[in-house]
Amino acid sequence: MMPVVLWTDAMIFLLLATILAGAWHIRKWPHLMLPWQRVATSSMGMVSLLILSLFIMVGLLDSLHYRIALPDKNNGQTVYSAEVVSAFDALASGLKNRTEKTYSAPMAVYLYAKESMETPGGEILRDHPRLRFGGAHLQNIERDWLGDVVQKAVYGALAGLLLGVLLIAAVWILFLRQRGDHLPLPKITDSPRKALLITTLLLATFFGAVANLAASYHVLGTDKVGQDVLYLALKSIRTGLVIGTITTLVTLPFALLLGVAAGYFRGWVDDIIQYIYTVLSSIPSVLLIAAAVLMMQVTIEMHPEWFETSAARADVRLLSLCLILGLTSWTGLCRLLRGETLKLRELEYIQAAQSFGVSSPRIITQHIMPNVMHIVLIAMVMDFSGLVLAEAVLSYVGVGVDPSTMSFGTLINAARLEMGREPIVWWTLAAAFGFMLVLVLAANLFADVVRDAFDPRLSHKN
Amino acid sequence: MIAYLIRRILYAFPVLIGVNLLTFFLFFVVNTPDDMARMQLGMKRVTPEAIEKWKQQQGYDKPLMLNTQAAGMSKISDTVFFEKSVRMFVFDFGYANDGRNIAREIQTRMLPSLAIALPTFVVGLLLYITFALFMTLFRGTALDTLGVALCVFLMSVSGLFYIIGGQFLAGKLWHWVPISGYVGGADSIKFILLPVLIGVVSGIGASGRWYRTIFLEEINKDYVRTARAKGLSELRVLFGHVLKNAMIPILTGVVVVIPLLFMGSLLTESFFGIPGLGSYTIDAINAQDFGVVRAMVFLGSVLYIVGLVLTDISYTLVDPRVRLQ
Repeated sequence: MMPVVLWTDAMIFLLLATILAGAWHIRKWPHLMLPWQRVATSSMGMVSLLILSLFIMVGLLDSLHYRIALPDKNNGQTVYSAEVVSAFDALASGLKNRTEKTYSAPMAVYLYAKESMETPGGEILRDHPRLRFGGAHLQNIERDWLGDVVQKAVYGALAGLLLGVLLIAAVWILFLRQRGDHLPLPKITDSPRKALLITTLLLATFFGAVANLAASYHVLGTDKVGQDVLYLALKSIRTGLVIGTITTLVTLPFALLLGVAAGYFRGWVDDIIQYIYTVLSSIPSVLLIAAAVLMMQVTIEMHPEWFETSAARADVRLLSLCLILGLTSWTGLCRLLRGETLKLRELEYIQAAQSFGVSSPRIITQHIMPNVMHIVLIAMVMDFSGLVLAEAVLSYVGVGVDPSTMSFGTLINAARLEMGREPIVWWTLAAAFGFMLVLVLAANLFADVVRDAFDPRLSHKN
Repeated sequence: MIAYLIRRILYAFPVLIGVNLLTFFLFFVVNTPDDMARMQLGMKRVTPEAIEKWKQQQGYDKPLMLNTQAAGMSKISDTVFFEKSVRMFVFDFGYANDGRNIAREIQTRMLPSLAIALPTFVVGLLLYITFALFMTLFRGTALDTLGVALCVFLMSVSGLFYIIGGQFLAGKLWHWVPISGYVGGADSIKFILLPVLIGVVSGIGASGRWYRTIFLEEINKDYVRTARAKGLSELRVLFGHVLKNAMIPILTGVVVVIPLLFMGSLLTESFFGIPGLGSYTIDAINAQDFGVVRAMVFLGSVLYIVGLVLTDISYTLVDPRVRLQ
């Protein structure tokens, strides 16, 4: 086994490390902790954070990439498979490997398409063949199918519920019993705690049922080449998360440095920076993204020697898409930060620092940046959901991720013509839209709570 | 006012030059014309002669910025930069890969784009503002919470879902209207109906919530209290006074997109087969027709700048305190 760190993996773990370091820093300062304490008292915020963190877990597992060593050795040297797989693939290998011939409906036992089959009597019969894996254990389908599905769902749900209870008990024993102040977490009050408890149990029950069914059926059906749609949808999560987070990470240095510099120095610096962002924002963003992505495609096509595996190539394309999205979308945040800095620089404490002879870089990093951070944070969480939605649209337009990268956009793009089939193949689209809806809805709700907690214009009781 | 407008238009030129340089850089410097030719003609087994011929057909065989072989003015004018970028200032966009004149194509495709985008815009604006005003009217009650929850839900649904779902329901299941296509004249109404409806519905979430926050910021101001003290009904206060005073923030977001309506919507047009500028752009992107994409980028930024100027003018129309000088 050879670990592979793709570019986006590195960025994701860098981001994770930054967030952890930030949390470590915040925990020491009560005034930095205060808004997070407000987030922690909101049931809506905590429940949406729980759901988001499930998505993030799948994304993180899917970011631990490696290549398997092939059994045959070449002159004593280990040869690695060209396919890059992730820890998530290993966990979901059952879903990944059980492929059918073509479409099959969710929970189906028969294939979507008809085939010519030979009966034991030697006749040729055209009918839907049995699936290779979906419900293959059933002897008498008419009699057993419904009972089997219900039984598996109930057993799975019970097992899930039990696991959920154990999980809650473990968390309670480990963290909540001693209400010490040494915890790096804001205190969760009673009402969100109740909401979290109920959500955890509900989710555990639901996932238990789905997991148990997924072991012997295709819960969301299969796509055109017979891949399990549930697996494809779960794999798409990572792409959505990468686009939603790395893009803002790219935006940040531009928006922060240029916005604060324009507001603080004013004069010709302000003029130049304003000119740059007026030019960039005057081009309709889809067109600018399309133009940049087209050019990026040409560059990647011209240099196949840069990439060792096709996964590395698709990954660079994903990263460039994030870069391009970031470079075309920093203007909004930059404008906000410029305005805020213009206001801040007139305040007494900045004037005092200036008259003490503190250098400009020091004033900017020590006095201005910490005081515009709430705007940055609000912008980051608010942009996330929009970017996840934008990915699907861009992939449809043809300037999105590499067609081999699994994403909600590529799923929708591949499935949109299936609505014209008779009977219609609706499950791929439904799965992609459903997953996207849950992710974006959770992100939107969480973003609202974060914005309300950090917005200084709203008066807070505590 | 006239002097202000002239100044604004003069200020637009450096921005347009910036856009022009940026697109030139993107399309010609990041990748050489040779790369583009190879991309167009297929990656492998392409002869240098074929590349030269393609470049000559497209007019890319000249030097990029400075023609050292030519004499006098044509040192500058006989280059790719002059031929492809500077000419755009007089709306001469050259020819697409299929040999058609891009400027003429844009002219004929503007109308269908506008036929979809304009009704969507007008109906949408009226509906969103009314919806937001009613949410403001019922602020603090369960109805308002329900409205906001609905908005958050609707804005979390992918725009593609509205289109695909709407086409499926109205076109395929209920057979109300044809799924896609377009004809000119009065018959076009049945082709326009569904895209407009879908366009309006898909905007309710984000816009409704946005206008609601604008109105909520106004609702605590003194003039509202005065109006209420005069004994006006809450409905009159909202639709008569609050709406009027919220016009400036509303116009800031709205007027700037009016000129861009000409560009049409990429998604709607390509899903419904409308022969407008949006589908033109998508086709060009898929066919990697760089000339058309470049033209649309330039046109888009011109229209955006026109929108900015119109926004300033519209301020003077709704707020007599604003004077442009």
